Formats: sequence, C-alpha cells, structure tokens
Amino acid sequence: MSPRPLLLKGGRVIDPERELDEVLDLLLVEGKVARSGRDLTAPEGAKIEECRDLLVVPGLIDVHVHLREPGGEHKETIATGTRAAAAGGFTAVCAMPNTDPVIDSPATVGFVSAAAREAGHCRVYPVGAISIGQRGEQLTEIGELVQAGAVAITDDGHSVMDSGLMRRALEYAQAFDIPVADHPEDLSLSRDGVMNEGLVSARLGLPGKPNASEDVHIARDLLVAELTGGRLHLQHVSTRLGVEAIRSAKARGVRVTAEAAPHHLLLTDEAVGGYRTDAKMNPPLRTESDREAVVNGLLDGTLDTLATDHAPHHYEEKEQAFADAPFGVVGLETALGLMLTHFVEPGRMSLRTLIERMSVQPAQAFGIPGGTLVEGSPGDVTVIDPSREWTVDPDAFRSRGRNTPFTGWALRGRAVLTVVGGRITHREPEAD
Amino acid sequence: MSRPTFSLGKDLVGLEELSREQILSILDTAEPFKEISERRIKKVPVLRGKTIVNLFMEPSTRTRISFEFAEKRLSADTVNIGATGSSVVKGETLVDTARNLEAMRIDMVVIRHRSSGAAGFLAERIPSNVVNAGDGSHEHPTQALLDLLTIRDELERIEGLKVCIVGDILHSRVARSNIFGLLKLGAEVGVCGPMTLLPLGIDALGVKVFRKIEEAIEWADVLNVLRLQLERMQGGFVPSLREYNRFYGVTRRRLDKAPRDVLILHPGPMNRGVEIDSDVADGPQSVILKQVTNGVAVRMAVLYLLAGGVPEHAEAAKKGGGVE
Repeated sequence: MSPRPLLLKGGRVIDPERELDEVLDLLLVEGKVARSGRDLTAPEGAKIEECRDLLVVPGLIDVHVHLREPGGEHKETIATGTRAAAAGGFTAVCAMPNTDPVIDSPATVGFVSAAAREAGHCRVYPVGAISIGQRGEQLTEIGELVQAGAVAITDDGHSVMDSGLMRRALEYAQAFDIPVADHPEDLSLSRDGVMNEGLVSARLGLPGKPNASEDVHIARDLLVAELTGGRLHLQHVSTRLGVEAIRSAKARGVRVTAEAAPHHLLLTDEAVGGYRTDAKMNPPLRTESDREAVVNGLLDGTLDTLATDHAPHHYEEKEQAFADAPFGVVGLETALGLMLTHFVEPGRMSLRTLIERMSVQPAQAFGIPGGTLVEGSPGDVTVIDPSREWTVDPDAFRSRGRNTPFTGWALRGRAVLTVVGGRITHREPEAD
Repeated sequence: MSRPTFSLGKDLVGLEELSREQILSILDTAEPFKEISERRIKKVPVLRGKTIVNLFMEPSTRTRISFEFAEKRLSADTVNIGATGSSVVKGETLVDTARNLEAMRIDMVVIRHRSSGAAGFLAERIPSNVVNAGDGSHEHPTQALLDLLTIRDELERIEGLKVCIVGDILHSRVARSNIFGLLKLGAEVGVCGPMTLLPLGIDALGVKVFRKIEEAIEWADVLNVLRLQLERMQGGFVPSLREYNRFYGVTRRRLDKAPRDVLILHPGPMNRGVEIDSDVADGPQSVILKQVTNGVAVRMAVLYLLAGGVPEHAEAAKKGGGVE
C-alpha cells in the first residue's frame, strides 16, 4: 500500500547531485520523488507540510550502526535503534554484523531485514561478516549474503588480522560489487589497550592503544586493496597518519572510501579524564593533532562519509571501572545537531558538504539507493530546522543506549521531519 | 562552617588531586601518630565507634595489614572483605557491593582494586569516606605518602632532592603516586627502566628519563626500587629476570660507584636478586623496614583527617579520643 502523496512546501531544497539549492516545493508520490518546483499544486488527498525556513535534503544515511539485535536486545533492538535513527534524521542505516549470532548467513541477513521492515522507522541495509563467526579464519558465503540483501561485508568489532584473508575478501567480493569494510586495528599493537596511548593514559594508569595500531592496519589495507583492485571501506578513521595514508592512496587511484565519526571530530583523549566510560570507544579518542587531521580529512573529502558508529550499551555495562566497561558510544540522535552546530554554523563546513558526507557519499560508498532528490529516486527526505535549539539529554533518547559523551551540550539545528519512502517516520515535537 | 584549607575532603583517591599543603599536613599529622605503635598498649580512642570496611578485591598482605593495624590502633571497628569467599565471586558488581555496605551504615571504605579509577568510581557513588589502597595502575597514595615521610625522616627534607624511581613505571601505581607527590613537594623526579616499561610521553609529567641504571644512580639522592612483577616476562616486556637484574638491578657494585650515599626505598614485596640485591636491601642505605613502620602512622593520619580530624589536634585526640 503506497502512502498518500506528500507535498513539502517552501523549504530550502538542497540536492548536491543536481547542484540544486533553492526554495522550492517537493512532491513525493507513491513513495518516490515525483517533482520539485515552485508553487506545486498538491494532488488530491495529498498531505501538505509547511517547510518555510526549513532545509529539505536527501535522507541522511549512516553506514555504521550497531543495532545489537539479535543477541544484544538489552542494549538496543532493531526497533529502538531505527527509531533513534529516524529521530536523528536518518532514513537509512547499515547494520553491523557483530551480533549474536553473527550476521554471517543468508538467514541472519534476512532476519535483520525483516525485523527492520516490521519496525518501519527507516531502511536498514544489513552488512554481513567477512569471516564465519567473525573469527578471521574462513570467508563467509559472500555471494549468498549479497543475494539475501547484504550491501557490504565487515568483521567490525573485530579486526581482520590475517592479511591473506583480507586479500581474498577484497578479491572475491569484486564479483558482487560490494565494498569490504574494515575496522583497522593491529591487535598485536593495541593489545589490552582501553584508550589512546599517550599522556592522558600515562597519567591515568590505563593501558593504551597507540596510533600506530591503527596506522599500520590502514596502511596494510590500502596496500592489499591496491594489489587486488578491490573496493575497500575504512571504518571510523581516527589518526593523523591514517588520514594521510588514505589521502595518498586515493591520489594513486586506490578504490577506497572512509569514515569519520562525530566523536573523533569533536573530542580528544582529555575527555577520558576522570575515567568517563561514556568517552570510551574503539578506536579511542586521540590527540588534538589527530582530531584536526580527521576534521580536515572530512572537509577535503579524503574521508567520504560521516558515520556515527552508534554503539549502544546498557547503563549497567558502562557503570563500571573504566577498563571493565565496554567500548562504544551512541551517535544517531546527536550527529546532525553536532555537525550543524560545530562545523556548519561557524562556517567550517558548507551545508552542501555536510549533505554530501551524510547522504550522497554514504549512498555511493555502499551502493545503496538514496542520496538524491532527483525525480524517481526514493522518497527519503530529511527536513531540518537549522535554528532549533536543544540540549543533549540522554533520557530523551529513543535509543536504549544512554552512553554519549555529549550529555548537556547545547546544540542548534536538528531534524524535525524524517520521511522514508514518502512516509513520515519521525516528527520532532515543537520545542516548549 | 568553612572547611580549613588543609582538609582532605571526603576521600583520598590520589595525590594528583591534592595540594602541596594537603600532602604536608598528612605527613605532619603522621608524626604524633608514630608514637602510638611504640607503646606497650597500642591503642587510642580516636576513631572509637567508627566502622571501616577494608575491601580488598586484589591480593595484598602488607597494605591490608598496615591499614588494619592503623584502624585497630585508632579503635575503629573493622571488617575485611576479600575477592575470594565474598559476593564478588558470585558476580556482584562494585556498585552493588558498595551500596550493600552503605546500607549497613559504615563510615569508611578502604579499597584495593585491580582496575584503574575504581577508587574514584566508588568515592563518587557512596557518601562514606573512601581511601584508595591501590587501584590498578593508577595510584597508591598511602604508599607514596609513607615513602615521602620516610625520605623526610632520613634526609630532613624533600624539596630539592633528586629521587629516581626504578623499574616497571608503566604498570605501577606506586610510581604514579610518587611522581605526583614528589613533584608537588619540590623534588626532582627521575624514572629508570627498560623502555618497554616506561609509559610513552612520561617526560611530559615533568620527570627525567634514564635509560641506564648507572646514570640514574649517579644522579640520584634517593632510589625507589619497584618490584618487577613476574608476569611482565610472560607479557614480553622483559626477556628474562636474569637479564633484568644484569641491566637494571640495584646492586652493591653499582651503588659503590655513586658519588654519594643513595637512600634505598622499596615498596615491597621484594624479588631479591632481580630488581634489588640482598646486600643492598639489607644494607646500611636501605630504609625498607622503616617504610613499613611509617606506613601504619601515615594511614592513621589519613583515617584521622578524613574522619574530620584537624592536624593541630592530633596530639590531643590521642588522649581524649574522638574527632568530633
């Protein structure tokens, strides 16, 4: 059953693919973009949304989200995670496979898709595992995973330590034209580290993960991608030399895309002071020069996509001594507000670039629909109020996770309407 | 009523948070308490009616017993909880353990835990006073305080002294607490050990790094020799104990080449023949057993101050009892 036509009236429509940035109406019919133009007349039965002073952009896409289901339902479910995504303005997310059981078979891929369809808050594209059980030993049946709906493969949460296995994955996956995404971490260098290795870890007496543990692995992945001609996607890049390595590989023509996460753009390892477990994630918060390099990488396009690495945990799991708490922070409901407030508002990043990194390029990197408002494309739209002021309050999250390092941050700008396939899946209540 | 400036606040989590004045007031308060342990009847009523829980989630002999003596000699009621044979092995979380203790109306918790930050974590969550008896690789403040007291006893000052900490700095809470405490009291601090056991960027804390023990000995007035945990070999940090002794061991031969008599401290327990040779440990420059004696006095001082005691009244408190 297709939804009623939806007319988004008088918003500032930004569609980088068409070089479009003007005040227009946008009409969605039968779940797709039907037309954009001035003073469109609403078809009979259409729902009309007034969008004056609002931004109307292609639906945001997050290619790195942990929905935790199956197996981690106390942390998040597909329903709560996608509800959080819609509230954050996302119309599609890619679900990481490090669940229990691991998403390494067509059946588990199908389970994720089905549960997401039932929840209906946003599109969910399952990402399958590279290796069976994410054990780093034997390739999954990649072709079958793709047929079942997987859009990429990764052993995220773990690292592919076996370079030979990474080579085979990058070769084999080419037949199915999907990217091989990697969490770049040399475990023999990061060992039992729980935060960035540096001055702060020395002071706190916590074992550290050095930058080199990430740099070495990024370099390896780039070289193996170059060798094989495979499509590589590097997840949550956090180091200065990592960004540099990707920049030079791209200049050589290596097929690589890469992510930056909001927390790595805004925080350094100083945020861990006081043993704040809500500032514990992997890769860890690094130093100021790394932070600045990741920002520049995202600005100049070396890092193609903003991805949250949304990693919800139950509060009891984070309510522990630092080393004992799990890695990960939530991000779906804060990413857009943080980017608008700290990068677009002060003029460091254009709105267009932000839309590219949060919608256009994620769609391209993972080969999924969306990222544009051109006629006939999916009716996935995010409507943003750039002047809505709000404060990050974890208790107001739709996610089950409360683990954010941004509690209490005052932000300006957020999604007020999220439209997936022509249906409104989130409407932000008016501020008091 | 405003708190006096030397007040420690609710907890003693580490020396990093303390001011020079706070550290000195602990050392000064320890002085009158030393004498109690020399009496025939080693007991004063200073903490009468206070309940103290010694929560030792990690094996400890010296520190646990030292705290227990300090508590008992101040007439506190004490309960000991270890990691084995308690609810901890049944999977109870630290928060729940603490809340349950709190529900039994206690006054203080002395905690030893394998995780860095555990003492501060507990301190933020319960109203009782919390004393850190060692948390992971973070801090062991009472050990550093007794080291400071011992150095001051022997050399009559701390300011301007050159103190080198030798050994596994990376994993050592004793090293961190000593570095913070010594720097605040105006000492120069050096560290010496294999690069595998020195944290990257340690010099940014304001310490001098020595790669050779001979250079450290030539520089230092005081050596604080750390225990080399035997599991560091399995971790691949040092190839063998023999090699460690050969290149980093504090030996008589090396000390004899020093331009001055170097005071030797060791927080114990010692691996004789590894980080320290027996003739050094038992020799005239060693104050290792004096450290142990001072440990009880320093811990008495900390407990007294956290309970609301005032340094000037410590002498009187020993006779009259109570801190109220």
